[in-house]
Amino acid sequence: MQTSKSYLTAYLLSLFLVVIAFGLIYIHISSAHEVFSHPFLRVAIIALAVIQAVIQLKFFLHLGQDQNGKTNMTLIFFTLGLILIIVVGSIWIMNHLNYNMTPQQIQDYMNSQSTF
Amino acid sequence: MENNNKTIFGFWVYLMTDLVMFAALFATYAVLRNNSFGGPTEASTFNIYFVFAETLILLTSSFTCGMASLAAAQGNVKKVIAWFSATFALGLAFLIMEISEFHRLIKTGSGPQRSAFLSSYFALVGAHGIHIAVGLLWMAITMVVVLRRGLTPKTSSQLQRLALFWHFLDIVWIFIFTVVYLMGIM
Repeated sequence: MQTSKSYLTAYLLSLFLVVIAFGLIYIHISSAHEVFSHPFLRVAIIALAVIQAVIQLKFFLHLGQDQNGKTNMTLIFFTLGLILIIVVGSIWIMNHLNYNMTPQQIQDYMNSQSTF
Repeated sequence: MENNNKTIFGFWVYLMTDLVMFAALFATYAVLRNNSFGGPTEASTFNIYFVFAETLILLTSSFTCGMASLAAAQGNVKKVIAWFSATFALGLAFLIMEISEFHRLIKTGSGPQRSAFLSSYFALVGAHGIHIAVGLLWMAITMVVVLRRGLTPKTSSQLQRLALFWHFLDIVWIFIFTVVYLMGIM
C-alpha cells in the first residue's frame, strides 16, 4: 500500500502539475496577456490544483485507507460542504452587497462604460 | 492499536477545523483582493519566480516527510531522523523565504495596514506561515524525542500526526499559490 514508489509517483505528478500551472500563467504574462483567456486560465489552474490536492490526499495523507472504513472520507466531505457554503456564500453575498451599495451616480457611470 | 485509530481520527477532526479556518480566510481574501485603496495591487506585489521556488521547496518537503513516515513504519530511527532533518531544512528554507518577502513588503509600504487587499493577504498567507513555523518546532521536538526514546507506539503515533499536519499544510499551500498568487498575477 504505502511504498516509496507510490510516494515518489505522487511527488513527481504533483511537480508536473505545479510546473504546468506556473507555466500557463508565465506564458500568459510573457505574451502580454494575449495567449490564453482569463476564464480558461481560471478553470485550468483550479482544476490542476484540485487534481494535485486529490493526489496528495490519497498518496500522502492516505485518505480512505484507514481501518475504520473510510471514516476520514466522511469527515472531509462534510468539511468540504461547510467550506462550499462559507466561501461561495461569502463571495456571492459580498458581490451583491457591493453592487447594491454602490451610489446611483457611480452605477450610472459604470453602466455607461463598456469595459466593466 | 485501537487507541491509535481514535487518536488519528481525532487529529483528522482537528485538521478539518483548521481547514474551515483557512477557508474563511480564503473567502475573505476573495472578497477583498481588489480593494487596494489606491495602493499596491496583486500584480505589482507578487513575484512569480519567488513563489515557484517556495512551492517546489514545500512540495519536496512533503515528499521527504512521506519518506520519513515509511522509515518510521520500518522502525529505522536513523532514517527517520535523516528524512525529517531534510523536511525541516526545506521547511525552514520556505519559512525564511516567506518572512523575507513579508519584510520586503512591509518596508516598501505594502504592509497589512495599507489596504484591505494587503490585510487579507497577510492574514491568509501569514496564518499558513505560522502553521509552518509551529510545525517546524513540533518537528524539532519530535526528532529529539525519537532520538531519546526510539520508535515506540507512542512516538510513532506522534510522527504519524506530525506527518499528517505537514502534508495538510502543503495541500493548503496548493490553493494559496493557485488562488492568491497565480490568479493575482494573471
